[in-house]
Amino acid sequence: MAKSLGPVKRKFSPWTDPSAVPFIRFENVTKRFGTFTAVNDLTLDIYEREFFSLLGPSGCGKTTLMRMLAGFEEPTSGRILLQGKDISGVPPYRRPTNMMFQSYALFPHMSVEKNIAFGLEQDNLPKGEISARVEEMLKLVKLDQFAKRKPAQLSGGQRQRVALARSLAKRPKVLLLDEPLGALDKKLREETQFELMDIQHTLGLTFLIVTHDQEEAMTVSDRIAVMDKGIIMQVATPAEIYEAPSSRYVADFIGDINILEGTISKTEAALGAPGAIHIDSDGIAVKVEQECQAVQGDKVAFAVRPEKVRISPEQPADTSVNAVYGEVWDIGYLGDFSVFLVRTADGRIVRAAQANVSRLVDRPITFGDMVWLTWSADAGLVLTR
Amino acid sequence: MKSHRFDATVLTLGFAFLYIPIIILVVYSFNASRLVTVWGGFSLNWYTTMWSNEGLMDAAWVTARVGVISATLGTILGTLAALTLVRFVRFPGRMLFSGMIYAPLVMPEVITGLSMLLLFVALGIDRGFWTVIIAHTTFTMCYVAIVVQSRLLTFDRSLEEAALDLGCPPVKTFFKITLPLIMPAVVAGWMLAFTLSLDDLVIASFNTGPGATTLPIKIYSQVRLGVTPEINAICTILIGLVTLGVIATSISTKRTELRRIRDEHEAARGA
Repeated sequence: MAKSLGPVKRKFSPWTDPSAVPFIRFENVTKRFGTFTAVNDLTLDIYEREFFSLLGPSGCGKTTLMRMLAGFEEPTSGRILLQGKDISGVPPYRRPTNMMFQSYALFPHMSVEKNIAFGLEQDNLPKGEISARVEEMLKLVKLDQFAKRKPAQLSGGQRQRVALARSLAKRPKVLLLDEPLGALDKKLREETQFELMDIQHTLGLTFLIVTHDQEEAMTVSDRIAVMDKGIIMQVATPAEIYEAPSSRYVADFIGDINILEGTISKTEAALGAPGAIHIDSDGIAVKVEQECQAVQGDKVAFAVRPEKVRISPEQPADTSVNAVYGEVWDIGYLGDFSVFLVRTADGRIVRAAQANVSRLVDRPITFGDMVWLTWSADAGLVLTR
Repeated sequence: MKSHRFDATVLTLGFAFLYIPIIILVVYSFNASRLVTVWGGFSLNWYTTMWSNEGLMDAAWVTARVGVISATLGTILGTLAALTLVRFVRFPGRMLFSGMIYAPLVMPEVITGLSMLLLFVALGIDRGFWTVIIAHTTFTMCYVAIVVQSRLLTFDRSLEEAALDLGCPPVKTFFKITLPLIMPAVVAGWMLAFTLSLDDLVIASFNTGPGATTLPIKIYSQVRLGVTPEINAICTILIGLVTLGVIATSISTKRTELRRIRDEHEAARGA
């Protein structure tokens, strides 16, 4: 999922350092609109120079959280600290944050350079400095030739760049990006993601991005907060979120995953041996090597990513655990990957993904074939929430 | 084919109904004869004598001043009212207020005029130039409010938020971002207010006093003594002015529209 192109990722993890002071801190923040609770008693730390994503479906409170940081909404209760200072009551025009709006919100009656200069003019900087900074910004987003154009004369991608340049021009301590790439087509979106990371890295700013696109969050972020219904479900690095989701919700929201509901039949920890947990999921026996607080009899879910499930027409040596027999029900051809939907005798669907190493014509498994799905004991994980 | 002919007939009749009276008025303004109903040959005589009719000229000047001042005041108040109605969504009595802004539109002018008159009498204000202006401001601001309100409803608020976010305080944001963008609606509102003030007879005649006779009042009172071709002439000039205004507005809207389309094409090419 997380691609390793673009600038080399620095070793950066202040959140693991207990002495690190958070740059932004949401402290028991609650926001209600009438009877609707958009953000519910939320606490979150974001560190300096971090590229942080708020990820969640629409209505989960991520945008409200960002707007509270920008100053467009005030928390109903709780505090927001920026560099240790409570910023509640500070109007948006006095906050050291700048925002890139989802609609870009470019001023249609001003040229590109006027748009970028707008924030600088508010600070009453000398003219020379303003024009130098505008030029620098135009170069940064590669729009030097478009300085005199009006926003209406630009394409969507160019508008997006102007919006980015405008929000960066004042060198904010924190840049807030509200679904910044939502309106771009896929190819352009991917390019821009890497450019954003590049810019963030070069300028050394703290970026807070709001998105509902999990791939985008995975690609750009140092850490991701997955939100649902006004609370944070998990905060972790993209790899942790993907490989070790803390709940069914996070597992299901990020990427594709098989979830088998079941009951713990025995834990080897209880038998004195370290590790493995055995789960019975309506006849499918699962063995997982994982530290887990759950005990025998607990209702849990077993989750395993499709790409960690092997598919084969041949019967494996050991079919007593981590093996499912079924019929190929459907095949999703994604180019680089194919996803096989395998239907078990009792009608459940388990997915397996396989890299298309060989050409299409050579592939041995097709619709209606009876196949075995297997996975190793460390491929999946037990979810108790 | 038959329905085609029917359409043409209806169209002709409709337009005839609308424009024949105006055409008659215009044609007779070039009448050499003093009698309105008898054609005495072509003449521009009335257009020259008109200028020396002091009463008529005074009234025209009063009307122009009343129109400009009341339209301007009405536009300021109407714009503020529209902003309040659209922006401050949750204030007590909003429903009542937004309903009340429409009331003067449907209220018979006689009632508006009379109630304004009673107010001035109660307050002991002598009627004249300024009472006409106040009365006109009152009724024109509702029209402005409605025109500006419809523009504000489609206004992207994130533009203002972006300005605030970039460090621009709210009042400055209004003048630098909001006002320039709603300007076309404000100008349209002003023109509407000016036109309404220009042709109002009823409200003005209730609230006017000595020395503040507006053109409609003057024309109306002169007609009661008999129509003179001079009145035809001044009416023709009024019609000319209004027509010019309408044409200018539609040309400028057309040009903005064309420019927008061209911009979009250019953007699509540059993409």
